[in-house]
Amino acid sequence: MIQGIPLEHFLIVSTIMFFIGICGFIIRRNLITMLMAIELILNSVNINFVVFNRYLYPDQLQGQFFSLFIVGIAAAEASVAIALIINIYRKMQNIEVENVNELKF
Amino acid sequence: MTGYTYTVFILIIPLVMFLITGLLGMKWKPIVSGLMGTTGMGISWVLSLITAGSYFFGGHHAESFQTIIPFEMTWLRFSETLIIKMGILLDPISVMMLVVITTISFMVHLYSIGYMHGEKGFQRFFAFLSLFTFSMLGLVIATNIFQMYIFWELVGVSSFLLIGFYYQKPSAVAASKKAFIVTRFADLGFLIGILILSFVTGTFDFGKLTEPGTAIFGSAASMSFMGVSALTWAMTLIFIGGAGKSAMFPLHIWLPDAMEGPTPVSALIHAATMVVAGVFLVARMFPVIHFQAPAAQEIIGYVGGFTSLFAAVIAITQYDIKRVLAFSTLSQLGYMMLALGVSGYGGEEGLGYMASMFHLFTHAMFKALLFLGAGSIIHAVHSNYMYDMGGLRKYLPITHITFLIACLTIAGVPFLSGFFSKDEILVAALHHNKILFAVEFIVAGLTAFYMFRLYFSVFWGKDRHYHHTPHESPLIMTIPLMFLAVASIFAGYLPFHHLVTSDKIGFVTEMNYMVAVPSVLIGLLGIAVAWILYKKESDVPAKLAKQWGILYTATYNKFYFDEIYLFVTRKIIFNYISRPIAWFDRHIIDGFMVGIGTVTEKASYKIKGMQSGQLQHYAFAFIAGALSLALSMIYFLMK
Amino acid sequence: MNVFMFYLFSGIILICSLLTITTRRILRAAVYLLCVLLATAGLYFMLNYQFMAAVQLTLYAGGIVVLIIFSILLTHHISHRFKHPNTVNLLMGLGAAVVGSGLVIATLLSHTFQAGTAPELKVDMTEIGTQLLSTGKNGYVLPFELISILLLAAMIAAIVIAKKDKNKNSEI
Repeated sequence: MIQGIPLEHFLIVSTIMFFIGICGFIIRRNLITMLMAIELILNSVNINFVVFNRYLYPDQLQGQFFSLFIVGIAAAEASVAIALIINIYRKMQNIEVENVNELKF
Repeated sequence: MTGYTYTVFILIIPLVMFLITGLLGMKWKPIVSGLMGTTGMGISWVLSLITAGSYFFGGHHAESFQTIIPFEMTWLRFSETLIIKMGILLDPISVMMLVVITTISFMVHLYSIGYMHGEKGFQRFFAFLSLFTFSMLGLVIATNIFQMYIFWELVGVSSFLLIGFYYQKPSAVAASKKAFIVTRFADLGFLIGILILSFVTGTFDFGKLTEPGTAIFGSAASMSFMGVSALTWAMTLIFIGGAGKSAMFPLHIWLPDAMEGPTPVSALIHAATMVVAGVFLVARMFPVIHFQAPAAQEIIGYVGGFTSLFAAVIAITQYDIKRVLAFSTLSQLGYMMLALGVSGYGGEEGLGYMASMFHLFTHAMFKALLFLGAGSIIHAVHSNYMYDMGGLRKYLPITHITFLIACLTIAGVPFLSGFFSKDEILVAALHHNKILFAVEFIVAGLTAFYMFRLYFSVFWGKDRHYHHTPHESPLIMTIPLMFLAVASIFAGYLPFHHLVTSDKIGFVTEMNYMVAVPSVLIGLLGIAVAWILYKKESDVPAKLAKQWGILYTATYNKFYFDEIYLFVTRKIIFNYISRPIAWFDRHIIDGFMVGIGTVTEKASYKIKGMQSGQLQHYAFAFIAGALSLALSMIYFLMK
Repeated sequence: MNVFMFYLFSGIILICSLLTITTRRILRAAVYLLCVLLATAGLYFMLNYQFMAAVQLTLYAGGIVVLIIFSILLTHHISHRFKHPNTVNLLMGLGAAVVGSGLVIATLLSHTFQAGTAPELKVDMTEIGTQLLSTGKNGYVLPFELISILLLAAMIAAIVIAKKDKNKNSEI
């Protein structure tokens, strides 16, 4: 518990970061920048967990461990995504997300 | 004989013959279908004669003839009282009609084996003949008016099939369509009449409707529409249905055109059986008409009288043999309707009813004879027109004698059957309505005149040179002629006034010399005029025709009624009613259906775009869905 | 002091995340992301979760961002500028973001969170280590093992996917 900063402030920050990430995912036309937006989302969720842990359950560590695992998973997912992006670059010579639309009607 | 259940075979045998010859006739030689049809009809004929013999002369009736129902089954049950049944009803008029129909049909079957020999469609002809006979038999033995309506329509269909037998001739097709449409149009009135009647009385059954002193009409007395009582409407509409089938004016236009069918068909349908269905209907419903709707009875009388006069006048100027005979049929049907129209009920009062049925019986015999004879003549000369014929008495002796007998009968010469039946009608008319009597008296003279005009022009007149000699018809065709000639002579001696009467109780009549002598005289006058004009070849008829000028042309063209009807249908009904309705059907109803398809197609094309393959659209859809779920859950459902 | 730090870090987070998604040069986006991650680590330090902050710095900032920069170098011209986003996408994104954040913040603020009353646990490495590898209550050895398998799988997957095709004409 940090004196002077209510819980809601942290949560508002993380919410805004989350929705900025979603907005960025939808706006961006490049696969790598979309990946960056996803990292923002995951990060905001991390903050949420940690803050809840600190404020509501100060004697337990579940939030922290959860965040730890989320970081690990984010790392794995980012690496696979980069591998895919490199493959797509080889096929199409650019990584605009509009060109990746084979699964349409 | 107890138990008349064998009468069901009279009906079933023609039906079975129709199915067999219709479905399997093409597999065998044509003559097999002909023989099967004829044999079946022969068996029905014998059964009908047995029925008539045991019914009329069985000796087990006391005062009046009982109505016997040997067979009845329930078919449709609308409510507790409104039930449609199918059954067989035997009472004097239906048994008489059984005899008439099966006799004429059997004669026509025999004749057709010879007449239709070598025609393509021989099997089809016999199948349709059996179908027609079945329908007509079903009509006359119906126990309730709805069953009669069903068979009525079947008769119309069979007639359509038979008139349009030569379906490759456009005129035949047009004639069959005309017959069917005109009678169908009249049947609309019939149906509405049935509905009103059953609504008012709550039953379809003839037994209940015609029972003397029945109480089911009690509630009807107070119902009226536009100042006319409901029952008068019902009976008039039912009469309209009968008028269509019996070709009363103004629904007569189909009968002359129906001569496009083969001559045996004309003999069977348009002389002896189908056209009398209307008369039979009125006779069946006679107690209802007489007691509950006397106004309708007046209408029947006048329509019958007018038709007979109208048709007789037209017949004087026609050249086609079959047309002359067709108009003659119209005229005689007018006689029968008129007789019913002036009749009373019970005993001597019911003379008109008895006379009408008697005339129906004798007319069937001699008119069928006339048509079959005409067929024989046409077969020999290969033309229908009187100006191609003349002096045929040397070449066709049997046809000549039988035709002469029939002409004498129709003219009302004493001691032949036509004299007795026509005379009774004149007496009945005299007692009730002097105007109608006068009309019928004149028509009797005209009838004699035009029939003998026909006879003299064909068998006497100028001796023509035929480029191949006409030969007499084979035996199979002349035997029916001879049988019918005998029947025409002797049918008059049947004691009808004991057998078929309005209240089923016999009465005694005697010859009324006041009426008989003048009617014979006017008939002889007609014959004499025809003798003078037509026996030897002369140009007096042509000069007379020119003298009458416009009147002659109008009569020759049947008073232009066909043209009027065509005008009304083509210019008025087609343009103002049919065309808008057809437009509506094609553009709005079909358009609506097509529109549904087009809208679906366009909508699906648009929706297809949602599956765009763009990752970001999918992500947005996902987020939007999640958010709306959250919104609805938190704020709308949980509150 | 705490309040000031909090506002500083929050400000950096928000501004830099906005810049990440709107900048037109790709390398700058990566750098802004890095700033966001560093500020988050700062937040963790403030909350007394030092281990967490260290992991964040090492893995996120030092691993993932480096990876991203590598891939940028492999696939782009560095001076390449992005095109403006589609109008449709812009509307969709803004709509989703605004509505979503509004909804969540409204829900947040209308809920009263019960502050925890238990005494604060001293977080040090032995505590974390013991809990991470214990099998009893509060034991996280199962997720730990699963994460290790996941990382192995991800490694293999990345190698396989990014491999060059043998059939193509290539000297390697």
